[in-house]
Amino acid sequence: MTKVSMTVNGKPAQAEAEGRTLLSSFLREELGLTGTHVGCDTSQCGACVVHVNGVAVKSCTMLAIEAEGADVATIEGQAAADGTLNIIQQAFQDHHGLQCGFCTPGMVMSTAALLQENPKPSEQEIREYLEGNICRCTGYHNIVKAIMAASGQDVSAIAAE
Amino acid sequence: MYNFEVEKPTSIADAVAALSADEAQALGGGQTLIPTLKQRLASPSKLVSLSGIAEMQGMRLAAGSLCIGGATSHATVAAEATGSYPALAALAGGIGDPAVRNRGTIGGSLANNDPAACYPAAALASGAVIVTNAREIAADDFFDGLFTTVLEEGEIVTEVRLQVPEAANYQKFVQPASRFALVGVFVAKFANAVRVAVTGASEEGVFRWSEAEAALSSNFSADALEGLSVAPEGMMADIHGSKAYRAHLLGVLTKRAVAAAA
Ligand SMILES: Cc1cc2nc3c(=O)[nH]c(=O)nc-3n(C[C@H](O)[C@H](O)[C@H](O)COP(=O)(O)OP(=O)(O)OC[C@H]3O[C@@H](n4cnc5c(N)ncnc54)[C@H](O)[C@@H]3O)c2cc1C
Ligand code: FES
Ligand code: FES
Repeated sequence: MTKVSMTVNGKPAQAEAEGRTLLSSFLREELGLTGTHVGCDTSQCGACVVHVNGVAVKSCTMLAIEAEGADVATIEGQAAADGTLNIIQQAFQDHHGLQCGFCTPGMVMSTAALLQENPKPSEQEIREYLEGNICRCTGYHNIVKAIMAASGQDVSAIAAE
Repeated sequence: MYNFEVEKPTSIADAVAALSADEAQALGGGQTLIPTLKQRLASPSKLVSLSGIAEMQGMRLAAGSLCIGGATSHATVAAEATGSYPALAALAGGIGDPAVRNRGTIGGSLANNDPAACYPAAALASGAVIVTNAREIAADDFFDGLFTTVLEEGEIVTEVRLQVPEAANYQKFVQPASRFALVGVFVAKFANAVRVAVTGASEEGVFRWSEAEAALSSNFSADALEGLSVAPEGMMADIHGSKAYRAHLLGVLTKRAVAAAA
């Protein structure tokens, strides 16, 4: 076991990890941050996406030890301290961008990374960026709509189908 | 996953020393290796992470080649090669998805030599030189069949030098579930020759389509490929595409790549 330290959602965090401990397990089991979901554990679904030093990664496909000293952001850090949803989360709620909610933490974290890189993405760019985030419920349509809304764009172009 | 130790050297020399231990293995971005370890298809006792080695990061232009550090991520190539080698930047930006591109590395991709991976086609078509801690290997000699290269135990890819062509294009027919190439074709036109490399198709892994190269070297247009085809024997077959399908697809993609590059 090794002591692994990182900054998680702006606060210092430290716990023991084995070599094989995944960042997803470290966050969920050592730090109790179970908002990061593990859908597939095979690098396919994106439910486990978090940010490491500002970029999106699949936390089920990164060793906790590799995040030593890193700045990690998870879904728990997205809402304000008083629970007010951030603009992306609110748009997902307003536009019905979730049903069971299992994929949502990864969707929100991928969206946050997308909007950092590209503040006004086109529908096509949104769909391409979310290629690694799988949703079994929504059919993606309302997720795309939510992201258009969160980026301050007109959603009427993406009419209900 | 069986347990292992992790070492994080900060220089190539320290990484090579760490890899000399019994059952030690290099860890690039982990996008292939971690899933492999989860399936217990490999059981190294020590992983040597290459991500903290500054001399293996980033890229530079030298003598007409784009030289990319072996631990450089796909996302970095996608963002930073747009001016120097746009076809390569586009290829890197089409690998997997954003999260995979933020971790996966060029050295890991070449060392892994997945028969459906994208970078092996770019390396072969660009007449790349693969630089390791021990030697320089021409891409033509580097790939050695499915998931196999001529790399020795403990040898690491420290840099990849790709000759920048006059014009180039990569066409990838995406396998929608894996997001790898069902078939991918990289066409690179140099002053005196054209190189065509095909991934995702052959049972032997990535290969150069020499007949197409000869035809395109005298006439760089999609018309020059009329009547040329690759025999279905020797192609891969799976539920996504038969041998004949892949043989046909690679011809179509080559034409598209030439049309896009010309
Ligand atoms: C969902 C998903 C989609 C993907 N889609 C594509 C795609 O469309 N196209 C594509 O080409 N790839 C794709 N990949 C694979 C991805 O590009 C991997 O990043 C790549 O194949 C391996 O690189 P890595 O740095 O992650 O290596 P690792 O997984 O860390 O290592 C792979 C192997 O290479 C060895 N190794 C690593 N670095 C070096 C080095 N510098 N020198 C010598 N040996 C080394 C390791 O020991 C291991 O054997 C995908 C992966 C996933 C998970
Ligand atoms: S749990 Fe990590 S990609 Fe599915
Ligand atoms: S809302 Fe159920 S998986 Fe996306």
